[in-house]
Formats: sequence, C-alpha cells, structure tokens
Amino acid sequence: MKLVRMTPGRGDVLLAKGDPEVAEDEERLMEEFRRQLDLGMWAAVPVEGRVGQREATMVRDFSEIPTGADRVIFFPPAAGGSAPAIR
Amino acid sequence: MIEGLLAVVALAAATASVPLLARQRGRAREMPPSFVRDPERDVRAERRARQLLRDAAGPEVAAMYARLGFVAVESSGGPAGPGREAEEPAYGYLIYPHRPIVAYDAESGELLSEYCVRFPDGSEPMAGEWLPDADDVLAKWMALLADERRLIDAANMHLPGRQLDPTMVRRDLIALDEWRRSRTVEVAA
Repeated sequence: MKLVRMTPGRGDVLLAKGDPEVAEDEERLMEEFRRQLDLGMWAAVPVEGRVGQREATMVRDFSEIPTGADRVIFFPPAAGGSAPAIR
Repeated sequence: MIEGLLAVVALAAATASVPLLARQRGRAREMPPSFVRDPERDVRAERRARQLLRDAAGPEVAAMYARLGFVAVESSGGPAGPGREAEEPAYGYLIYPHRPIVAYDAESGELLSEYCVRFPDGSEPMAGEWLPDADDVLAKWMALLADERRLIDAANMHLPGRQLDPTMVRRDLIALDEWRRSRTVEVAA
C-alpha cells in the first residue's frame, strides 16, 4: 500500500509504502497516516464499485482503510471560496 | 572647501545606508519564500496529476477530462428491483479544475447551482497554493463520491452564472452527451 499526497507544483508525492500485513510496515504507515490527518489533510481511498466503476471512500482512521486498498490519497481540506485570480 | 563638504555628505550617506541594507537583508531572510512561476514545473506536475487521475478514477474519467476538460459525476439513481427498472440519476455535477462545481438536473439539463470550493495548500510556497488542475479535479471527484454532504457543506453555494457562463456550461453538457454517445458506439462496435 502506498500513501501519497497531492502537492502544488509537484503533483502527488510518495509519503510511505509498505505491506500493512507486516507489523513493521503497518506501524510506519499508521504513523504517517496519523501525521497527515494531524496536518488537517483529508484522506481518500479509490475503490472498485459494485458494478465495476470506480468510486472513492473517505477515511478518518487507519482501521477504516478497505482491505486490499493499494493507495491512500491525501489532499488539503476543502474550503469555500472563489477560484484563484491568478494561475 | 566644497569638495570636502561633499565628501563628508557622501560618507555620511554611505554609513547611514549600511544598517538599512542589513535590515533589508534580514527581513528578506525572515520572509517566507514566495510563489515563483515555473511553467515547466507546472507541466510536469499536471502530467503526474493526470496519471494519478487515471489510476484512481479510471480510464473513463481520465479520457473524459482529457477530451472535455472537465469531469461529470451523476447521482447513482435508484437500484433495479423486482418489476422495477433502475432509476435514472436525478442530478449531476460538472467538475472543472479550479472553477466552481456546477450542479445540474440530469434529465432536463437545467443548471441548479454553483458550488465554489477549493483545496488551498500552503506547504509549497514556491509553487503557490493551488494543486495541479487534474489533482483539483480528482480531489473534487473523490470528495463528491465519498462524502458529498461534507464537500457541499464546505462550499459556497451560488445561483448558476455567478462565475461560469451558463451558455458555456450548457455547451459543455451537450459536449458531454455527445462524448458519451460516441463512447457507447465505440464499445458496441
């Protein structure tokens, strides 16, 4: 499983990678997961829907990550506001 | 005499400017790095973001974004049951990069509202605070599918036309319909 985070100017960056079935990896993944949530990030896991289409689920705890998920994507929390004036 | 006076004035000015320059340098060190435009960096980031969109949302969504420049999400509608066909989706959203999400009636195409929402990130000051376009689209796509209420609650809601030209959005809905039909034909062939 990979933990990645969307970032300005770079796209997604790899935060941690490992097999959650391996205790050492799981600990590292959990630690990074918590760190990102503490930073205020939202965490989403892309999943396969019931009829084969792609869906996503938001997770707020490491234990909520669906079994077999290969990626958790962190992104900044949504805020109301208009589009940026300069891009 | 005058030459001597000028020399004194010049020396005084130079002496006075030393602490001023030092203070300016000090302030520059204290200031956080600011946004630097770098088109090559942004192109690389967008390429990477499009790959993530494909991996996470699938090739259909990635193709829609590549062709149309936005992504559509429609409510799932009611499931099929005994003696009942699956219900058509009631409404949908058009997701534009760094522009409001537009809600529309999936049957009539009527525009319902604009939701202004963004994902500002101050972790990379040199790169600005905006995610690459495809990342912004993917973030909205995931949040709408996974927790629609949370995203909509965070957004500022406005009537259609506040930021996006309704004529343009209606054109986009027509383009979406045409694109979907062309995909159906491709699959059937």
